Amino acid sequence: MTTFARTDRSVLGRWWWTIDRWTLAVLIVLLLSGVVLVMAASPPVADRIGVDGFHFVRRHVLSLAPAVLAMFAMSLLGPRSVRRVAVLLLLASIALLAITPLVGPEIKGARRWISLGMFSFQASEFVKPALAVVAAWLLAEARRNPAFPGYWLSAALAAAVAGLLVWQPDFGMAATVATIWGGQLFLAGLPFVFVVGLGLLGFAGLAAGYSFMPHVRDRIDRFLDPASGDSYQADTAIRAFESGGLLGRGPGEGVVKDVLPDAHSDFIFAVAGEEFGLLACLLLMAFFAFVALRGFYRMAHERDLFVMLAVAGLLIQFTVQAIVNMGVSLRLLPSTGMTLPFVSYGGSSLLGMSIGMGMMLALTRHRPERGLAP
Amino acid sequence: MSDAAAMSDIVDTAPATDRRAGSRERPATLRLEGAVKQAADLCRARMVVLAACFVAAFAIVGGRLVEVMTAPDAPGAVLSDSGMALPAGRADVVDRNGVLLATTLPAASLYAEPRRVLDAAETARALAAVLPGVDLAGLERDLAGDRGFVWIKRGLTPGQQAEIHALGLPGVAFRREGRRVYPQGALTSHLVGFTDIDRRGLAGAERALEADLQARAAEDGAPLALSLDVRFQQVVREELAATIETFKALGGTGIVLDARTGEIMAMVSLPDFDPNRAGEADVDARFNRATLGVYELGSVFKVFTAGMALDAGLVDLASGYDASAPLRVARYTIRDYKPKNRWLSLPEILVYSSNIGAALMALDVGAARQQEFLRRVGLMTPSGVELPEVGQPIYPSTWREINTMTIGFGHGLAVTPIQTASAFAAMVNGGMLHRPTVLRWRSERPPPGTRVISEETSATLRLLTHLVVEYGSGRKARVAEYQIGGKTGTAEKLDPAGGYAEDRLLSSFVAAFPIDDPRYVILVSIDEPQGIEESFGYATGGWTAAPTVGRIISRIGPLAGLAPRGGVLANLPAARGDADERLEAILAAFSAR
Repeated sequence: MTTFARTDRSVLGRWWWTIDRWTLAVLIVLLLSGVVLVMAASPPVADRIGVDGFHFVRRHVLSLAPAVLAMFAMSLLGPRSVRRVAVLLLLASIALLAITPLVGPEIKGARRWISLGMFSFQASEFVKPALAVVAAWLLAEARRNPAFPGYWLSAALAAAVAGLLVWQPDFGMAATVATIWGGQLFLAGLPFVFVVGLGLLGFAGLAAGYSFMPHVRDRIDRFLDPASGDSYQADTAIRAFESGGLLGRGPGEGVVKDVLPDAHSDFIFAVAGEEFGLLACLLLMAFFAFVALRGFYRMAHERDLFVMLAVAGLLIQFTVQAIVNMGVSLRLLPSTGMTLPFVSYGGSSLLGMSIGMGMMLALTRHRPERGLAP
Repeated sequence: MSDAAAMSDIVDTAPATDRRAGSRERPATLRLEGAVKQAADLCRARMVVLAACFVAAFAIVGGRLVEVMTAPDAPGAVLSDSGMALPAGRADVVDRNGVLLATTLPAASLYAEPRRVLDAAETARALAAVLPGVDLAGLERDLAGDRGFVWIKRGLTPGQQAEIHALGLPGVAFRREGRRVYPQGALTSHLVGFTDIDRRGLAGAERALEADLQARAAEDGAPLALSLDVRFQQVVREELAATIETFKALGGTGIVLDARTGEIMAMVSLPDFDPNRAGEADVDARFNRATLGVYELGSVFKVFTAGMALDAGLVDLASGYDASAPLRVARYTIRDYKPKNRWLSLPEILVYSSNIGAALMALDVGAARQQEFLRRVGLMTPSGVELPEVGQPIYPSTWREINTMTIGFGHGLAVTPIQTASAFAAMVNGGMLHRPTVLRWRSERPPPGTRVISEETSATLRLLTHLVVEYGSGRKARVAEYQIGGKTGTAEKLDPAGGYAEDRLLSSFVAAFPIDDPRYVILVSIDEPQGIEESFGYATGGWTAAPTVGRIISRIGPLAGLAPRGGVLANLPAARGDADERLEAILAAFSAR
């Protein structure tokens, strides 16, 4: 099937033979499932807000091209270039994050978006992969050169980004950033005492969010005690799953999506459940698990600590978002506003996730020169 | 050259340097190599831990998926065992007088066992001739397949069943199912709700009372009686629809509540839909404005402000506030719709619907007492009505002075119409709050309620709301047969572009009658009425909702067997002259007391 010979030394030839083609294939399948599910889930939502039925589908498909291009372009890079791109991306997105609460429009009580005429974007989606890579570099450098204050620098960066996110406020996103960084710190060899301490700190952070941010408290309360407030969306999502059963009602046959407010974004997994059934949901979940485990497996023979930490950081982001999103729609977790990577509607999250996975693909490529690079 | 060879080069040369230098310490480069390798090994080991955590998390999600999606009552599960299990039965729903609202009719559903079908093409053609709208190619494909069970059509008419039976086709058969039918059609759409094809409740009482309906079917099959009275419902729907048409409005809602028990006698949300074909209804039609929609209802709230001020002993019928000039607070200006530009007494504040007066009164009450009062009368929490479509009130998270003032006249706090009607009932019925309910109250004695204001405050409010209808903005609600008390409200809707839209109104009227001893509370809200010639271009609550409520009252009063008694309340001071002169005399008598 391939058009490249093993001996092809061109950029594309080398790319084809060194890239993890299985992961690439699964990611593309996820993108295509996203198109199908957005097509299924978004027309009722579009109908509700009074735009043309295929409004979201069109926008989603249009945002696929830049996403695929970005993923491909990133996957062509070597580790050093990935690092440079990530540093630039981090600086740019921190700058945008800093101005978002000042210039962004207020939606549902938060300012998370920057409006650019035709479309708007969410800087926080780009800061996550960039921070994962830069933090990996700082931690790896600290390991290599004990004089280098990598731990403190990465902690300061993560704290700054999380702080900017809480300011918007976007508590879920801040918690994701903290999780990625915490995971990387754990992998970088933090002694176990500190791992436990960090876990407690994370718990304290959640408790602080609960005490000081009314909407966080509200969501957690509603999750713990559905009778305390309006749990319409979560109840409706569960009904969608129940109505789907083993094989689903069939494409386009779903009815619960008509009354599910965020059917196209946060609760797209419920639409998948209703229309395509249990087996399709398990398959979709297996795709996410595959990408995560395959990534870790590829790291088994890696020697470069930076590459290992960066790949791990990017995979943590991808996997945690997938698990949390699915958990929320299955009512295992309180509502967070996290999208299902590559599947949910949303240009920013799609593009940000594509950049991250492009970097992950770049870093998991076979590198014959591996081991020589410092 | 392979990378392994390259590595060995480095490793080989380094110890050589070591030996030459004769140093006891290992060289820095190698120590670092070792440390980095150690770090990488540790990282790899911990990655296994992390991967295991992820596997565990995925397993939990997967387990939950299986648990939720193979729940025994899921229709998929029913289908998978070849359709042998019948869905649970479901009792009928009737109104308070026993009129049938929802019932289950036996209907045959047609299925095929493709393995037993002899000639798929011929069978498909024969069936398609009887069943209109069946996709012939798809049907043929289904029948040619190797599946054990496939639905062809659910809910056949008896005629279709007889025709197909007469065809004598092998491999197709009928299964007796029930089809849920709503004889009142769109009349009861939002309140009764509807089910899916497997007769599981999706909306309204059908969903909220699902367990009860199934339990009744399993026991003795006694129908479930709702609080609704279809006669009331018909009156409200007709009058509301007429008003919406006259004023070219987007929609509206109308509620009749039993003031003594909280029973919902009628509840209409327009546009509505035919629950027998709920799947074809658009989202707007299925939206229940009465219990799910939250709105800023405007000046209707002045009754609550007066109630809290009276109950706290801050005002009486003689006291009042200076409404001579618009109020400037921060960057807001509060003005009156029809300014009198003078001091206004409490009755005048309600009769002329003065925003300035209500704002100053709310300020006197204070934010803390105001919130406590609103919470007490149930305007800060969901209404608690049994339906699944229950809206969450929206109120400011930081309650500044300006919020206290605007909420005093009904802006800045969005609530559902049902809870507003219920709170209004408590204002006029002697001070008892009852949770609104769709179930019939069986006892003669009123259900236990919560006292929210004193008897005296409630009596004063009955007097004040009566003045509004006799002399104030609610005059269009007056009817010859009954004494009414009520309050108008005209709220500007939020503009999507920001701020309020002056030309897009939500015009409401809430009333109780007979106001000397209220039996029913009626709330009507019209969404974006347009001013017409007959209303001199006005689209306010007094011009749109108030006359609608008046017409509803003159029709439901006789239905409820209430003896007509018109005119003004007996306990008002006697007065002569035209309306303005009489009001003046009454107010003078109040201040003289």
